[in-house]
Amino acid sequence: MAKTVSPGVLALRKVVDDVYADARKAKAEGKLVGWSSSKFPCELAEAFDLNVMYPENQAAGIAAQRDGEIMCQAAEDLGFDNDICGYARISLAYAAGKRAARKFDPETLEFIIDPNSGKPLKDENGKVVIDPATGKPKKDPKTQVPYTVLDDIHEIEALPETTEKEIAYKNFRREAIKPYKQMRIPQPDFVLCCNNICNCMTKWYENIARMCNIPLIMIDIPYNNTVEVADTNVAYVRAQFDKAIHQLEELTGKKFDEKKFEAACANANRTAKDWLKVCDYLQYKPAPYSGFDLFNHMADVVTARGKVAAAEAFEQLEKDLEETIKKGESTTPFPEQYRVMFEGIPCWPKLPNLFKPLKANGVNVTAVVYAPAFGFVYNNIDEMARAYYKAPNSVCIEQGVAWREGICKDNKVDGVLVHYNRSCKPWSGYMAEMQRRFTKDLGIPCAGFDGDQADPRNFNEAQYETRVQGLVEAMDANKAKEGNK
Amino acid sequence: MSIELLLNDFKAVAEHPHRQADAYKAQGKKIIGVLPYYAPEELVYAAGMVPMGIWGSNNKNISRAKEYCATFYCTIAQLALEMLLDGTLDVLDGLITPTICDTLRPMSQNFRVAMEGKLPCIFLAHPQNRRPAFGLQFTVDQYMHVKSELEKISGAPITDEALRDAIKVYNKSRAARRKFSKLASEHCDVISAVSRSAVYRASWFMLKDEYTEKLEQLNAELEKLPAANWTGKKIVTSGIICDNPKLMQILDDNQIAIAADDVANESRPCLVDAAETGDPMMALAQQFADQDYDVLLYDEHSSENRRADFIVKMVKESGAQGLVLFMQQFCDPEEMEYPYLKKALNAAGIPHIKLGVDQQMRDFGQASTALEGFADVL
Repeated sequence: MAKTVSPGVLALRKVVDDVYADARKAKAEGKLVGWSSSKFPCELAEAFDLNVMYPENQAAGIAAQRDGEIMCQAAEDLGFDNDICGYARISLAYAAGKRAARKFDPETLEFIIDPNSGKPLKDENGKVVIDPATGKPKKDPKTQVPYTVLDDIHEIEALPETTEKEIAYKNFRREAIKPYKQMRIPQPDFVLCCNNICNCMTKWYENIARMCNIPLIMIDIPYNNTVEVADTNVAYVRAQFDKAIHQLEELTGKKFDEKKFEAACANANRTAKDWLKVCDYLQYKPAPYSGFDLFNHMADVVTARGKVAAAEAFEQLEKDLEETIKKGESTTPFPEQYRVMFEGIPCWPKLPNLFKPLKANGVNVTAVVYAPAFGFVYNNIDEMARAYYKAPNSVCIEQGVAWREGICKDNKVDGVLVHYNRSCKPWSGYMAEMQRRFTKDLGIPCAGFDGDQADPRNFNEAQYETRVQGLVEAMDANKAKEGNK
Repeated sequence: MSIELLLNDFKAVAEHPHRQADAYKAQGKKIIGVLPYYAPEELVYAAGMVPMGIWGSNNKNISRAKEYCATFYCTIAQLALEMLLDGTLDVLDGLITPTICDTLRPMSQNFRVAMEGKLPCIFLAHPQNRRPAFGLQFTVDQYMHVKSELEKISGAPITDEALRDAIKVYNKSRAARRKFSKLASEHCDVISAVSRSAVYRASWFMLKDEYTEKLEQLNAELEKLPAANWTGKKIVTSGIICDNPKLMQILDDNQIAIAADDVANESRPCLVDAAETGDPMMALAQQFADQDYDVLLYDEHSSENRRADFIVKMVKESGAQGLVLFMQQFCDPEEMEYPYLKKALNAAGIPHIKLGVDQQMRDFGQASTALEGFADVL
């Protein structure tokens, strides 16, 4: 049976699809399109009606579409080390013009199907059809796809187009670039960088600016060592907002529109509140949905939090969840036996592999750090500066622990699964100490595993499964202890 | 003092910083550990304390630090933590923890947590938008915090006068190191790569006035010598750190001299001086703002390739025939800037090699083969 998708989830998907489609349309109309880091103050760009794409969200999408490795490899061929963040590598390869494309025959202009791709063919009774020649399951031709190859838009554009054959070839090669939205984002005309999430962002965006010879607007948010953000730090960020506004005025030739800015702020606040409410539904036991779904909804918070459509879509999802709760149902595709916090960004290329042992053991993710990290609300521009100072990786360990322990308690988790993400040094860098604190303060077990948010080569499935198993056993032991009290 | 004796002194300090620390302690001085990068050491000096650079270790193994960080972190930071945990750095009275890269950000927390109740850790965040007035102000604000924390440790206020004096001492020291770089190239028959590295490394463990005095003596002696009739090759070194004598020995064994460097624990911090007049705190902030062409620092002219152009110019002006990049493993900033450095070097026809290094390296066979091969193509 096909999984039913709630109206709220459909609305959230549409919001993100529209952001991408609008950017492609804007580019086609000769308007400026920018690329922005996920926690750059989008309210500023919204005030200028700018179309903005988000490389982190794009890279996650590319990785989830299984093209992370070919794009990472392409960046490595440009000289970027394989130790660099996978999102950055994917984005830099894309900025350089590299694309994952479908292999085709240049003579016939037909795609060349990868015989290993696709799902097993099933007969009318739902049984897998075995190929008598090989003794292996036959593939369903409808699900098979062409081989993936690397292409380069600059190479394509440099191709001759004098003869009909040349024109047809060139057009086909353009169309052979994979058709999903993240592989079709327009090249940037400017970049918006805020390094609150990581300092890698600084050099990543400088590289894009250099590759594309475009302006970079930089909002620097240094790391903070205290839970409070000092007034002097706020003043620094606030002054940078003013400078960024001035740069955007120069870039667009428009005056800063205060009303549009205020509307964007109001939307961002509304989205943040609604996002938090949706996240809070995970407090129910059993939870009405799998927390893994939040990773998908992150796309809306990142790409569209300043838009009213995002707030409305989250409000719709809230209504759906309310209904689910009333009916006593859950969209989690298994009975919830354990509740965990998933720490870190998921391994996008390996989502099914991440999910499998969780499902097998009845482990539902009921807390993710993104909930508090993106649920920020403010009342004025100084508070906005303060809010942007608190990104997932820009806060001190005490704040980081408080965020996490808060949702662990509220969402009643039994354990914590920690992703030591090879791509994210600032995130993974103090997790060992955090794990100790979770166990000490909350009495819950933690298990860590090695992975990567975008490069599938850094994930070890066997290790992951063992660690999940270990966590389940520790949660069992804890529950038994509780039961004996 | 002869060149040989002076070099032996520098080598002794470089190899045994602990002896140096013990001697300062015996004089009743307090010692402040200074982690990379760009901490305003002048404040420590002005407080009457001894700043000592902490750039990992070439001899220790990572063991206790594993309790805090995964394997994919720069060994300089991991070994700094290791030495804090294993007692090597018990001699310190305080520690300044800058946070300008993605490893140092969370590590600043690990240092603080691991040393809680044992050693005051002074947090330092530098701005990247460091040149506009608001950026300068932010640096001043951060340095004021460092100053007040240092004052708590020393027990006395740091006066503007003392700070101005410290700035003079540091300017003089940087000038001497800049001069030494040139002289070491001109007299590379006398100053081996091993010795050159020791001279720079020693600068992190000596009070700068003492260090400068010794270095000026060495410079004076070198100036007296006729220029070397060098038949070997010359290179520019680049990277975060290349102070392992075994690694430097490979250069010497292959008749490769260092014409100049773009290395974070050698010349990168010596490029810019601070104003000796006016408000000394603002002078230090301005000095940081004036730092440029560094993998760790934001470049406002992002769409240009200024850093790589600067390095190309350095190679040409120094008379080097090529560049060796000692790529510190897991160093994102250095790795991120490599493709454009490579592009500029290739465009200028300058041969280079990228040599992966870390402080846990014990076998230098591969490096030796690579450098030997590189010398042949120069």
